[in-house]
Amino acid sequence: MTKTYIISALVEHKPGVLYKISNMFWRRGFNIESVAIGTAEQEDLARITITIEGDEKDAEQFVGHLEKLIDVLKATRLDPKKAVIRELALVKLKAKDAKMRSDIFHYVDVFRGRIVDVSPETATVEIVGSKDKIDAFISLTKSFGLVEVARTGETALIRGPESVRLNE
Amino acid sequence: MSGAKALVKALEREKVETIFGLPGGAIIPVYDALLDSNIRHVLVRHEQSAAHMADGYARASGKTGVCMATSGPGATNLVTGLVTGQLDSSPIVAVTGQVSTPQIGLDAFQEADIISIASPATKYSHQPRSVEEIPSTVREAFFIASLGRPGPALIDLPKDVQVDSAEVKFSDKIRIRGIKPIPTPDNTQIGRVAEMLSEAEKPFILAGGGVIVSNASNQLQNLAELLLAPVATSLMGKGVIPENHPLSMGIIGMHGSKEANKIIYDADVLLAIGCRFSDRTTGKLDEFCPAAKVIQIDIDSTEIGKNKCIDAAIVSDAAPALNMLNKALVKKLKHKKKTSWSKKIKEIKEISENKIENSGKELTPPKILRELRRLIPDKSIVTTEVGQNQMWASLYFKALRPRTFITSGGFGCMGYGFPAAIGAKAARPDLPVFDIAGDGSFIMTENSLATSVLEKIPVTVVILNNRMLGMVAQWQRLFFNRRYSAVQLGNVPDFVKLAESYGAQGIRVGSILEFSKAIKTSLKEEVTTVIDVPIDPEENVLPMVPVGYSLKEVIG
Repeated sequence: MTKTYIISALVEHKPGVLYKISNMFWRRGFNIESVAIGTAEQEDLARITITIEGDEKDAEQFVGHLEKLIDVLKATRLDPKKAVIRELALVKLKAKDAKMRSDIFHYVDVFRGRIVDVSPETATVEIVGSKDKIDAFISLTKSFGLVEVARTGETALIRGPESVRLNE
Repeated sequence: MSGAKALVKALEREKVETIFGLPGGAIIPVYDALLDSNIRHVLVRHEQSAAHMADGYARASGKTGVCMATSGPGATNLVTGLVTGQLDSSPIVAVTGQVSTPQIGLDAFQEADIISIASPATKYSHQPRSVEEIPSTVREAFFIASLGRPGPALIDLPKDVQVDSAEVKFSDKIRIRGIKPIPTPDNTQIGRVAEMLSEAEKPFILAGGGVIVSNASNQLQNLAELLLAPVATSLMGKGVIPENHPLSMGIIGMHGSKEANKIIYDADVLLAIGCRFSDRTTGKLDEFCPAAKVIQIDIDSTEIGKNKCIDAAIVSDAAPALNMLNKALVKKLKHKKKTSWSKKIKEIKEISENKIENSGKELTPPKILRELRRLIPDKSIVTTEVGQNQMWASLYFKALRPRTFITSGGFGCMGYGFPAAIGAKAARPDLPVFDIAGDGSFIMTENSLATSVLEKIPVTVVILNNRMLGMVAQWQRLFFNRRYSAVQLGNVPDFVKLAESYGAQGIRVGSILEFSKAIKTSLKEEVTTVIDVPIDPEENVLPMVPVGYSLKEVIG
């Protein structure tokens, strides 16, 4: 059965690593939905969160192939029920008159977003949440006129004291 | 110490004895430093051959093979050989020159981003940006190339780093944090698998190249004898058990023996070890041994269940897993009586071996290859090219020891056999080395004749010469209504003259008797020999399982 899997990996924070990892996605034919990467708890480590579409076997193979890369120190599949998962999106909407603006403000309020930039013609909204929540916001506000969307891709951590950390 | 000297010293510390390569502008400082080293450099005529030689050297000896090339085209020419090594899990370290660091990224003369180009084919690659980094880079490349499932590693050394000087410290310490421990089998898994095997009525072993890499052939044979289980191999596993052993079933797969392909379906428990269930080995996967309980042992966890659904798995190197299984089973099975299964195996083996060829032709590949086996010592190393020659060799040339049958299995790389034979001979000068070739493949790297002759690394090439790209022609005969498209190579070159023009010995034979004489001459004289054996261009490799069919659906 095809579903979405979230994989968290701790990798060397140095040039060329992202290339080697994304190279593996392509070579092995994995279906990648999003990739989010940034510095982790140590400056020389990066945490990369990857969501893939596939079945159990794909997810297992994906983690295995990630772990075979020597620049990957650790890779784990996250259970969505036991993880905090967030994505950040910036959504620029057309907002030419007062009515449009007030409608946008209303939706932003409902979705607990923030207006981060306003111009005479547009409003840019920052919205944080699950992928589904952001999808819903975009589909609801599309009618105003979607100018630009930038999304980070989902990033995630395990809830509670458990962690995907380098063993000291 | 200069970077070039540091590199050569680091290679010496890895006990490198031979490097196969070809210099160019961006690696001249390293070649200069090599003049002051005891490392032997073997000059090739094309870098692809250097990588294949390093690969043949590795497979014959179990040590890591080393090849070297300059930047740009030198480096990219190595890539075919690196992928060949990767697909067959062969440890190779490639050293390439690179343009100077300030020029990197500016499309400088002979610049290629070889790290990226080779990335999918290398387990490790690094471009040291300072002299100080060189020793650890070399140590890590060698360590990782041979670690676990072996494969290629790449060191890309910019020219300015070769020239720069610094104080250099050498250490054996590995500083890479991402190295995962090699999995070891645990007792519970071993116990479960031992139970499945001891309860099997019709056990069957399918062994792959992993058993050879692990040097576990003896243990495998012990297990087979304990279980009274027949052993078939993949192409890569050929030689893991002497193919004249009563339990050896030869190879299975697209061009496996009819008997082995059939009997494997009768198994109730199938133990696959060091074998990745490739499409050429299993035929149509859904129909491969559907009734058997399948046990898989592999050092690479991503191979477990990748292609074939399995019932039990051990993630481990073959040797320790087999040792533990043998220990667990020896008491239980020491006095195992022959069963009706053993009788059946014996019977079908007799049928397959007593098959008499009824073709009236004098020089057929089966006759030639059986004669070759008869004439050369058991320990001789045989490499193959790719295509019909390779499949004939796998069917009719019995390998009797591990590391004596060397072939490009996964990648199917034409042009592999001859340079691989030279690499193997460089590693094992004490053994006679033969390349079973087709004309099409041999032509691709024939310029290695210069290397073989001038570097005094004599090997013998047996060309099964059908003036065709024979395997493609066979497919066109069988599946494309005999419409030959782009497969006729014509009767050129004259291989005898070609050999002689390089200073090698060229012999054309027209009968089995002449063939025997030529082989005997080559064994006696230790000079590079090319034996041209014209064969019928219409000859097919049979039996054959067409792509997408189960192993039971054999043609021929």
